[in-house]
Amino acid sequence: MSFPWAKHYEPKAPVMRWIDEKLPLPRLVYNAVGAGYPVPRNLNYMWNFGVLAGFALVLQIVTGVILAMHYAPNATVAFDSVEHIMRDVNWGWMLRYAHANGASFFFVVIYLHIFRGFFYSSYKAPREMVWLLGVVLFLLLMATAFMGYVLPWGQMSFWGAKVITGLFSAIPLIGEPLQIWLLGGYAPDNAALNRFFSLHFLLPFVIAGVVILHIWALHIPGSSNPTGVEVKSESDTVPFHPYYTAKDGFGLGVFLIIYAALTFFQPNALGHPDNYIPANPLSTPAHIVPEWYFWPFYAILRAFTADLFFLPAKLLGVLAMFAAILVWFFLPWLDKSPVRSGHYRPLFRKFFWFGLIPAMAVLFWCGGAPAEEPYVMLSQIATAYYFLHFLVILPIVSAFERPEPLPFSITEAVLGSDKKAVLGENTTPAT
Amino acid sequence: MVRLIGILTGLFFTVAVLWAFATGAYTAATEGLGEKTAESEFHEHPREVAFTHDGAFGHFDRQQLQRGYQVYKEVCSACHSLRLVAFRNLSDLGYTEAEVKAEAASWQVPGIDPNTGEATTRPGTATDYFPKPFANDVAAAAANGNAIPPDLSLMAKARHDGPAYIYSLLVGYTDPATHKNEAGQTLAQTFPDSMPGAGLYFNPYFPNLNLAMAPPLTSDGQVTYADGTEASIDQMAKDVSAFLAWSAEPTLEKRKQTGWPVIGFLLFATILAFLAKKQIWAAVTPKRKD
Ligand code: HEC
Ligand code: HEM
Repeated sequence: MSFPWAKHYEPKAPVMRWIDEKLPLPRLVYNAVGAGYPVPRNLNYMWNFGVLAGFALVLQIVTGVILAMHYAPNATVAFDSVEHIMRDVNWGWMLRYAHANGASFFFVVIYLHIFRGFFYSSYKAPREMVWLLGVVLFLLLMATAFMGYVLPWGQMSFWGAKVITGLFSAIPLIGEPLQIWLLGGYAPDNAALNRFFSLHFLLPFVIAGVVILHIWALHIPGSSNPTGVEVKSESDTVPFHPYYTAKDGFGLGVFLIIYAALTFFQPNALGHPDNYIPANPLSTPAHIVPEWYFWPFYAILRAFTADLFFLPAKLLGVLAMFAAILVWFFLPWLDKSPVRSGHYRPLFRKFFWFGLIPAMAVLFWCGGAPAEEPYVMLSQIATAYYFLHFLVILPIVSAFERPEPLPFSITEAVLGSDKKAVLGENTTPAT
Repeated sequence: MVRLIGILTGLFFTVAVLWAFATGAYTAATEGLGEKTAESEFHEHPREVAFTHDGAFGHFDRQQLQRGYQVYKEVCSACHSLRLVAFRNLSDLGYTEAEVKAEAASWQVPGIDPNTGEATTRPGTATDYFPKPFANDVAAAAANGNAIPPDLSLMAKARHDGPAYIYSLLVGYTDPATHKNEAGQTLAQTFPDSMPGAGLYFNPYFPNLNLAMAPPLTSDGQVTYADGTEASIDQMAKDVSAFLAWSAEPTLEKRKQTGWPVIGFLLFATILAFLAKKQIWAAVTPKRKD
């Protein structure tokens, strides 16, 4: 890419020059996350989470590959092989807790990353492709986490797999055969466990590939920023390295402290005790709940408790659950406001803080609760708001909204005035 | 076009979910919110108990684990297996190698007669795992009024607040005819249908209130502790709960001990990273005038 003032890679060490001539990999890295990538100078800490997500992915791959050396994907021994890791493998307990809590860490980071996108409308042109690939990443991440949770073959593994694959049976006509095909049987068993293991091993590498596309697409327009005003001149940017490597390093440290505290002192706090009971097809747990990161969507699924005309409640729930994520794909075209950042959109901002965030909090809370009142009614109201927010409010709010005045440029936003940026040589057209 | 379809889809889901809400609200209005059940009225959360392994500096009390092991061996092992624990693991409890061997040899484990090849039993060795009290689940259920005594290796992790739950369960048996809940009612009065049937015992800490395990700890001094501690029911219940916390996670101590240096290192590295960040950004950060 990118801006004309981006620094060019000039290898200093002879060995780097030698490599760069044969394979310009050093150049690629320099331009992607080195001094060759100019980044807006005003990014706040909400911009740390992309790098943190990348770190979480590496962490999951490293711990996961080692776990796979000791794990046995067979329904008769899977549970015991996990306990073998916990008890007999050197540092096995640490690997397993790091991987299990690493998944939670990944989702915390990704949710923050996505909600950063919602607030600053990072999905808007020219970053639609970045966003679309991001939603693909989220879907892949959910699939990976779901299949990973099945592997220890405890009670929640088994019943979670049964409930989630059972959702497909809501599809008219092909539903039941589809579920049987997915599981390789009528209920989760060895066939299902084996394919889930195979896919759970594969998908993170697919994710890694899509992350490369995601970052590639990002580097065409360059990063957005909290003002939503595009970069105009060199004084608006700083090189990624050392500025953002330093800032991301600090953010990573803070996050690792929280993550380590969880992993070493409360490693089972986010898990469910029932998963320490071996899978038993004959005994249904009192409350079947997925892992916490699926709760909002699980709440939406269970909110549809009544048939509507010829549409059965279960089918509505399944459709709504998938729709709840699929709508994100359409955000770039649903939200027509020319202003990106929520900082300058008074009405949008109110809907975000007093509508979307509380609705998500309620969905998180109710998704983990038993399917009883008042949780069902609360999740119904929150679900209604969720769909109204993205599909009705977002498309029309800009028609009623008077955005607040935007700064002329990023430099002005930071320094209070921008003399240098007034139509210099390196100026790109204003937005 | 996208927005039109979007708005219609959004309205569709909103109407469908509000319709479900209205149906639910109507039912609630006519039939009331959630019925009272014997479980909702009489089930109790585990009692508060302190264990030395609690908290970020927690460690096992080796003497207590040995006592708990004795309770398991002399009482619980008649019905419950401990299949994930091997005799060699007992060295964690502070036993010497010779003691572990002697302990293992005091158990009979399944073996094969070297002359005939017939199934038989032999004294355990350090590498053997704890034997199961019943040959199979059918035998276990037949001997226990149709309920299978669950394996205890992971019990302390397989229930919310595990060690406190096990302790509460063991000391919590009472008479449903006289036991009063917070509202001052007895089960016999309010839910006579939920009174324990034949072979079931009332215990408010058990989720279904009635379980098939007869109170296993019934009298003080049921076990004669090798270390001379007085074996009250309460003491035995605490000790065996601590032992089961260990059997569920023998690496608990090591985990907590590893956590501190890791966090310490991360704190140090994070402070350095913060200072580095501050210094690097100083050049481009505007000085505040106010
Ligand atoms: C006479 C046989 C017997 C003895 C001795 C016995 N139990 Fe049990 N235990 C059972 C049976 C049967 C169950 C299953 C009860 C049910 O599910 O209704 C059970 C269940 C349990 C449970 C699980 C309760 C739950 O939440 O599902 C725990 C914990 C337990 N026993 C602990 C102990 C401990 C500790 C001891 C030793 C002090 C012990 N038991 C001694 C027969 C026994
Ligand atoms: C495996 C998961 C993911 C990884 C590793 C990842 C990584 C990154 C990185 C390194 C950046 C640049 C730094 C930043 O702006 O924070 C970025 C930007 C971005 N990501 Fe992701 N991401 C992931 C998932 C997602 C998801 C699920 C979404 C949205 C649904 C998303 C949306 C975006 C957007 C819109 C940007 C550009 C933001 C801007 O510059 O304003 N990403 N991502």
